[in-house]
Amino acid sequence: MKRSRFPFIVTGAVLVFFYLPILILIVDSFNSSRFGGAWRGFSLKWYARLFHEPAIWEAARNTLLIALLVTFVSLVLGTASALALHRFFKSRLQRFHYTLVYTPLVVPEILMGISLLMAFVAAGVKLGMLTIILAHVTFCVSYVALIVLGRLQDFDFSIVEAARDLGASSWTAAWRVVLPMLAPGLAAAGLIAFTLSVDDFVITFFVAGPGATTLPIRVYSMIKHGATPLINALSTLLLALTFTTVLVSQRLSASGALKSRTME
Amino acid sequence: MPDRRRRVAAVTRLRRRGQELLLTAPGVFWLSLFFLVPTALVFILAFRPADPFGGIGRGWTLATLRALADPQYLAIAWRTLWVSFTATVICMLLAVPTGYAVARAPMRRRNLLLMLVIVPFWTSFLIRVFAWKSILHPEGLIKKVLVLAGLVDANASLLYHLGAVILVTVYAFLPFAILPIYAAAEKFDYRLIEAARDLGARPFAAFRKVFLPGVRQGLITAVLVVFIPALGSYVVPDIVGGTGSELLGNKIAQRVFVDRNLPLAGGLSIVLTLAVLTPLLAVLTLRRRKGRAVSRDAGGQP
Repeated sequence: MKRSRFPFIVTGAVLVFFYLPILILIVDSFNSSRFGGAWRGFSLKWYARLFHEPAIWEAARNTLLIALLVTFVSLVLGTASALALHRFFKSRLQRFHYTLVYTPLVVPEILMGISLLMAFVAAGVKLGMLTIILAHVTFCVSYVALIVLGRLQDFDFSIVEAARDLGASSWTAAWRVVLPMLAPGLAAAGLIAFTLSVDDFVITFFVAGPGATTLPIRVYSMIKHGATPLINALSTLLLALTFTTVLVSQRLSASGALKSRTME
Repeated sequence: MPDRRRRVAAVTRLRRRGQELLLTAPGVFWLSLFFLVPTALVFILAFRPADPFGGIGRGWTLATLRALADPQYLAIAWRTLWVSFTATVICMLLAVPTGYAVARAPMRRRNLLLMLVIVPFWTSFLIRVFAWKSILHPEGLIKKVLVLAGLVDANASLLYHLGAVILVTVYAFLPFAILPIYAAAEKFDYRLIEAARDLGARPFAAFRKVFLPGVRQGLITAVLVVFIPALGSYVVPDIVGGTGSELLGNKIAQRVFVDRNLPLAGGLSIVLTLAVLTPLLAVLTLRRRKGRAVSRDAGGQP
């Protein structure tokens, strides 16, 4: 039977639509012209200038520091949640727990940003790095919990029983059997938490306060103040980082991660 | 000795309960403190006055509710719904054929296509929106092409209006719509379409009456992951939109960053919350009614 070519044509168009703007941005970052659109020759001067912007590097350092801490805390909290949801899934407490973990995923970012800001202001907490970290952990925990939960559901627990039968204590079984089997899931979850933290703009913007600047906030203020060629160069560097991350995460088998991110 | 066995069982049960609490407490504590309580707080603080230093004052007031009755907010709420709806429809029109095509591609090409859909999904949202700003810019490429083709006037602006906001919203959320449809289309049994064709259905009828109901779950998820974030969108209208294309998200941000009226920002986010809850509840009700219909059919009761 002959299949319609229409879906494949749409797919081609969609991919062009996805990549054309990114491609133009990358090309423009090597354009010596101040404005995009007209090619004035190849140049690396925007990259060079990027290295003389201390504000960008400070923002990058903050971003990295925040993301590392957030990844660690949300991995610990999220894995505990996933274990609880998996082992005791029938109890009423776990039904509440699941709703609590799931709901932040369907709440628009701006609502989370404003509610955290109001809570911090009401509690008299000074806005800065600390509030950014608290906010990031809050939206990362849900992703981590659902990814690890997905992993646990594919798990063959008879292996753990076998280990126990062979004389392993429950700690040894957890450390030597469960953890290694869970490792790819933890890596995928950690990667997502890290990426979400590095990328987040809206929630960070609300809870950052004047002192603490992250990379997305820096990029946003550059967009607002029209430093176009510099953002092109910075974006290209970040895109290269993203492509590498995607490749690595594909290796770690992204299917579990993907499922949770699309609310399946 | 049944008494001793019972005691052992009770101890095991208690230990199990203790383990459950130990594993559940950290997550529940964190999410209650930083998600549940702040969300509830927004509803309460909307009835507090704003203090002159940008904080939240003492006492209670209905000033926020009165301010929300301003017709400008009604118009903006309506525009937000309209933009999100249009963007969702366009996303679905593109995502359904794409999800189908990726699911039906031969294995090796499928992985490549999937990867190409996932990359934008991981790419910084801000950068993806910014890329469009420089393309649509008066000196940008698309403008030049369109002027050369005689499609737009040289003085027309492609940026700073509602059309640009819808275009970039579609661009930003389309990958999120494709993935759940792909996931459903991958599991679909395509022999059903062949059967429908053999029984005389035209290709489009087979697609509409067999394929679409078969991937319903994916379609619902796709609609929600576009429509809900679009309702709360702030970055897109802020960067490529103008004053005539502000959405609820912009108004919330302005109340926070421009005139620092947190209670009014809270009031506006309550409006947004209600707008988000409506489609969610609609889906839940629909699903429940469908579930009841199915069980009724299965039971053979009228």
